[in-house]
Amino acid sequence: MAMGTKSADLAPIWNRLEPLLPQVQKPARYIGCEDGAQTPQHGPGIVSWLLTYPDTYEVGLPNQGLQILYEIINERPDGAAERAYAPWTDLEALLRRERIPLFSVDTHRAAGDFDVLAFNLSAELTFTNFLNCIDLAGVPVRAADRGDADPLIAVGGHCTYNPEPIADFVDFVVLGDGEEVVGEITELLREWKRAGKNAGTREGLLRELCKLPGVYVPSMYEVAYDGAFIAEVTPRYGDVPATVEKRTVADLGDWPYPKNQLVPVTEVVHDRLSVEVFRGCTRGCRFCQAGMITRPVRERPAEQVRDMISQGLRRTGYDEVALTSLSTADFSGIQDVIASTIDDAGCDRVSVALPSLRVDAFTVGIAAEIQRARRTGLTFAPEAGSWRMRQVINKLISEDDLYGAVESAYSQGWRRMKLYFLTGLPTETDEDTLGIAELARNCVELGRAHHKSPSLTVSVGGFVPKPFTPFQWFGQNTVVELGRKIDLLKENFRRTKGVQLKWHDPRATLAEGIASRGDRRLGPVIEYVWRHGGTFQEWSEHFSYDLWLEAMAANDLDVDWYVHRHRTEDEVLPWDHLSAGLHKDFLWQDWRDALEEVGLEDCRWTPCYDCGACTGYGIEHVVASATPPAGGSQGTGVDLSSGGSVPVELQTRRTVGAATP
Amino acid sequence: MRIRIQFSKLGKVRFTSHRDVARIWERALRRTRLPVAYSEGFNPRPKLSFGLALSTGHESGAEYLDIYLDPDRVGEDLDVELLPALLSAQLPVGLTATAVVVIDRRMPSLQQAVTSCTWQIDVTDVDVETARGAVERALASDSIVVTRERKGKQVTDDLRPLVLSVEVESPIGEGVQNDQSVRLIAELGTQPRAVRVSELLAALDPPLTELRVHRLHQWIITDDDQRTDPLAVAAPLSAPVGAK
Repeated sequence: MAMGTKSADLAPIWNRLEPLLPQVQKPARYIGCEDGAQTPQHGPGIVSWLLTYPDTYEVGLPNQGLQILYEIINERPDGAAERAYAPWTDLEALLRRERIPLFSVDTHRAAGDFDVLAFNLSAELTFTNFLNCIDLAGVPVRAADRGDADPLIAVGGHCTYNPEPIADFVDFVVLGDGEEVVGEITELLREWKRAGKNAGTREGLLRELCKLPGVYVPSMYEVAYDGAFIAEVTPRYGDVPATVEKRTVADLGDWPYPKNQLVPVTEVVHDRLSVEVFRGCTRGCRFCQAGMITRPVRERPAEQVRDMISQGLRRTGYDEVALTSLSTADFSGIQDVIASTIDDAGCDRVSVALPSLRVDAFTVGIAAEIQRARRTGLTFAPEAGSWRMRQVINKLISEDDLYGAVESAYSQGWRRMKLYFLTGLPTETDEDTLGIAELARNCVELGRAHHKSPSLTVSVGGFVPKPFTPFQWFGQNTVVELGRKIDLLKENFRRTKGVQLKWHDPRATLAEGIASRGDRRLGPVIEYVWRHGGTFQEWSEHFSYDLWLEAMAANDLDVDWYVHRHRTEDEVLPWDHLSAGLHKDFLWQDWRDALEEVGLEDCRWTPCYDCGACTGYGIEHVVASATPPAGGSQGTGVDLSSGGSVPVELQTRRTVGAATP
Repeated sequence: MRIRIQFSKLGKVRFTSHRDVARIWERALRRTRLPVAYSEGFNPRPKLSFGLALSTGHESGAEYLDIYLDPDRVGEDLDVELLPALLSAQLPVGLTATAVVVIDRRMPSLQQAVTSCTWQIDVTDVDVETARGAVERALASDSIVVTRERKGKQVTDDLRPLVLSVEVESPIGEGVQNDQSVRLIAELGTQPRAVRVSELLAALDPPLTELRVHRLHQWIITDDDQRTDPLAVAAPLSAPVGAK
């Protein structure tokens, strides 16, 4: 399967690619030509980065992380950044046949000609595509097999907080926000490149990279096992840090990127302007890795948000803007920002999308503002069907909060919306699962007061425990168990009008579970799946369940042990030598609280619980408002829309919502 | 107020689809801040009307698009002659507005009006004599019957009445490196349906392999068999801009 040597043909890639494009689906994926695309200069004093998203162009192009780095690197006199995406299977076959390597879409330059191939890994099931891209680049997939002239393989993104399953394939990992560290890395590489990348210097470079906070070089650490368990992970050298801490940008206001969001010439998954309104989330949902690893909350100044929206819309010509974050309705002054966007005369008929909404912060006011332009899709994520279950997962929204939000939306003209739930959560009983059906039915019922045939999509995903969350110790539900719960819901919804049930394949949930909390012994498993053609595992038509089981068996690894087993407090977890700032004892206590159904309030508006995310790095939450957004109970059980306020008590822990709504 | 834009689609951007090009135009028009009229209803869309779709991968020097402007918002100072440059500046490289005219709102749509297109078709893996033979046989026959699938059913069509002319040009000219390539110039009818280049090539004996295709013209054939291009229906220049 491997490409072996680099492309022998010296003709420019574009000239060789062009005749192949009429033979493939959606050829516009491969031409670049975006508004905002750059054609950077390459040269001896310039470090070249190929920023790669290991899935299709449509999925990868909108990725904001890569777009931010693309601009920051290209602004540097010593940096050049281009982009690449995974070719679809049809083009891949042609590239391999014609021996054309992976290429950048900006200038159609061979991937192997870059100094660094940097991958954004935001889903575990893209790991096999990651290997495929390295191979298509003509680079050995195993880091140990690479020579001095080979590009460095770097990864970042949410799934690289546990990079151990892909440790064999990676030269270095960047933990956390990339805005600052990408420059520091570029400086180190520039000196190495200037010196000629001489034989034997790659190891020295990697050792230097270790010294940069936020950079983890897997090959600089030794993993010792005690039977199936990890005994310890130790640095190979005295100057290699025992623990690698993530990087955190203190003030988002300093980084108004992307300044020139890429506007593709072909349709992509989020074909609209995106403005990140804040990063981090302290709602403390225990299943949510994103919320845990991106702390603390850093809001972008409202004025900057408004400028980015108005300049972005004028420049791109988009008629839709998404205000992105982990919980956009929590943004201080959200209603004003939406109103001023829609009122901006220069932004004719613009619609505002809020992709991540908490029901307890979604008010009639917000609904009314959004629908003035055009009603975008609305998705609410109650996550669990019963109040008991929501206390366990710390998604402290009451049924009244949900009904209030749904009522707001139906009354403001929405006829359909989507509710998102997880199943397979810790302590979940069938009563909790069936609570999903109950909630959904009540929601549709609310819609009948406003519409003849209101409709509701209920989307159910299987829960995968993630590193750096309180649920990292939890044994994931089996495929059979998840399937049984989905069947329960299917049966229960059978005669319900207006509700459409959708569910995630439990077998894909299992494969994600294998990779999510795996250790270095998973490397050969991922390589096996890839070598046997298991690419595009995120795509249901390409997902190959049997291959994953086969790969585990071929490597004598036990699926149960990796996926379904509850971990104990004293177990060394594969990612314990990495840090997202969170104290392990905080997470463990939160796990115990979960099992006792004890909720924990948002620390933005209550005293600090010392999770470690702020104190460890000497930073703080950046929020414009000292009071939580109006509406809902914000987990307090107090109706804030009628003038309640969040009680502040000087306790580190308190039970909330003791009274079941 | 209705304006008709002629534009070209060349180079890398030829790999975008008809739908992609429509979206590109919507964004470009928002960027120029032309007062485009919007449809009524639940989900208002800008009132644009495209001509015959160009297959993904084909180039063209003769694409057309009609735009309805909101008469209440068209300023006195709208200068149609400046629009091609203004619009081109907002389009990706390879898409260029080449002319803009004001036309009467009551004129038939592009889809209704255009009766034929002239295509420059480069075919490959064939010598001139073989290509010439295939074309001459087709032109000499009374019918060129093709079968295609339409809504799950097999439909039989005769292409012959819609093949208005095909000429074999040789040598192929600049820009094509393969000496096993031949250039055809074909005029294909579009009413009642547009014959696709790929259909014509597949129907020849032997079938020819498409290398590169370029739409040179779209024609409106008048009752007296004269060809005019879709810009020729422009309202007289003396008509005040902004008149409904």
